[in-house]
Amino acid sequence: MDTSSAALLAPPYREQAAPPPKIRVLNLNFFYGRQQALFHNRLDIPARRVTAIIGPSGCGKSTHIRIYNRIFELYPDQRAEGQVLLDGVNILDPGFDLMELRRRVGMIFQKPTPFPMSIFDNVAYGLRTHYRLSRSEIADRVEEALKKAALWEEVKDFLKKPGTSLSGGQQQRLCIARSIVVEPEVLLMDEPCSAIDPVATAKIEELILELKEKYTIVIVTHNMQQAARISDQTAYFYQGRILKSGPTPEIFEEFSLLEEVPTPKRLAALLALTEETEAPRVS
Amino acid sequence: MKYRPPTGRKVINGVVSLGASISAVTGLVFLVWITWEVLYRGLTALNWDFFTHLPTPPGVPGGGMANALVGTLVLTGAATVASVPLGLLAGIYLAEFAEDSRLGDLSRFSANVLMGLPSIIVGVFAYSLVVLPLGNFCGYAGVVALAVIMLPVITRTTEDMLRLVPNTLREAALALGAPRWRVTLAVVFRAAKSGLLTGVLLAVARVSGETAPLLFTALNSPYWFHSLADPTPNLTVTIFHYAMSPYPDWQSKAWGASFLITFGVLWITIATRVMLRERKG
Repeated sequence: MDTSSAALLAPPYREQAAPPPKIRVLNLNFFYGRQQALFHNRLDIPARRVTAIIGPSGCGKSTHIRIYNRIFELYPDQRAEGQVLLDGVNILDPGFDLMELRRRVGMIFQKPTPFPMSIFDNVAYGLRTHYRLSRSEIADRVEEALKKAALWEEVKDFLKKPGTSLSGGQQQRLCIARSIVVEPEVLLMDEPCSAIDPVATAKIEELILELKEKYTIVIVTHNMQQAARISDQTAYFYQGRILKSGPTPEIFEEFSLLEEVPTPKRLAALLALTEETEAPRVS
Repeated sequence: MKYRPPTGRKVINGVVSLGASISAVTGLVFLVWITWEVLYRGLTALNWDFFTHLPTPPGVPGGGMANALVGTLVLTGAATVASVPLGLLAGIYLAEFAEDSRLGDLSRFSANVLMGLPSIIVGVFAYSLVVLPLGNFCGYAGVVALAVIMLPVITRTTEDMLRLVPNTLREAALALGAPRWRVTLAVVFRAAKSGLLTGVLLAVARVSGETAPLLFTALNSPYWFHSLADPTPNLTVTIFHYAMSPYPDWQSKAWGASFLITFGVLWITIATRVMLRERKG
């Protein structure tokens, strides 16, 4: 028996097995006014793993994760159909409490968006919204969140300074602290590193790997290397459809994503295949 | 292809630039002229008594406009207090909650119309609303008139300033699970703070020079201000009376009051510009 087959038979695959899905997306369609942007998306997001959403620009990656916290509802002409099950409960159900949903499902945006207030208040904002806490408790939790976001050492002496005075990378970590302080279960990240420098990006990637111990992370990224480095699962989007999803190494191998960009021809073929498989479900 | 010689275009270019320059200089000449005249004649009329004494009858030397100064401050202050909360709330409604609503469009339209309304009509409105039922001219009517003039200015600037706040900021706050009203008050409002203040100051600047709406309402008074229920002394109507009087002493005092108002408004305008610049930086 050679070593590779031993590795195949060895038990560790049990540890590698994905935990039950935290989020299960079923036949999700999305519309900007009359224009359909997502078609029959099906996806399982495993709990406490990093799921990367990749694909060319305009393929619906951001649109897809903006459904998970229903932030798209800010715009009256946008509409989602289908099911997004969070722990088995459909969050698209109008009866689902929006504030509770957004506490459980936090979001980090492409551009850092510090609020026009002090660093401390930026983090305390969500806390004060959702919890009734004493001053000292708030201070403790803010400190804890800033530590988790690997920002505490850099800002502990300037907590009263405005959040906008920080550098781009620091602002993004501030936004992460602001999101995790309310103890969410899922963190959505919409290209969180696209507006910041490489050093800050490395810090945030490191942070993501630490955060996945506790949170389910879904990250949209344009950076294939980044997706390969940090994600466990990958979903490949193209023209509003999910061409393929699965463990990151498999997807990357199948599409050789680190070496080349899939040709339009190949993408078109895959797209046709995806449409074919979903066709019976449409009717 | 036929070549088109540049001479014609050059001539037209020269004519247009000359015309534009002349127009600009003409505008500037009048501005400088007025400012100079007000500055020169106004400053010579100002003295300590002007700020501390009541007006004297014609022919009696000395006296001042202290009562009108106080009255104008009270009227403008009260109108600000009345119109700012309403205007801010209306602006919030238009910018944050009424994107596609009929009521929103209607309110925006009427605010625009109200802004273009001649102020004397607002004065007549306040006259019939307050002065007629009460039976006498009073400060309250003046406050109502001024507040009605300020309201649309504040509403529209509030709306414009709130719309300048990027949606990403709203999304970020909403994504934390904050309710819409908290997002508006704690985040959007704060982001637009200096712009909102600018709107209020511009509205104040706009009404502090108004005469027509006060003619039918607050009227004027040669005595100290003591209640808004009585005719209230104010600078603009005093200027109106004094400037038309045949007494050189009064005319000179009208220049003094004009100076105060002109440079008060100028100062407010410059202050708002500085604030806006800081906002951009």
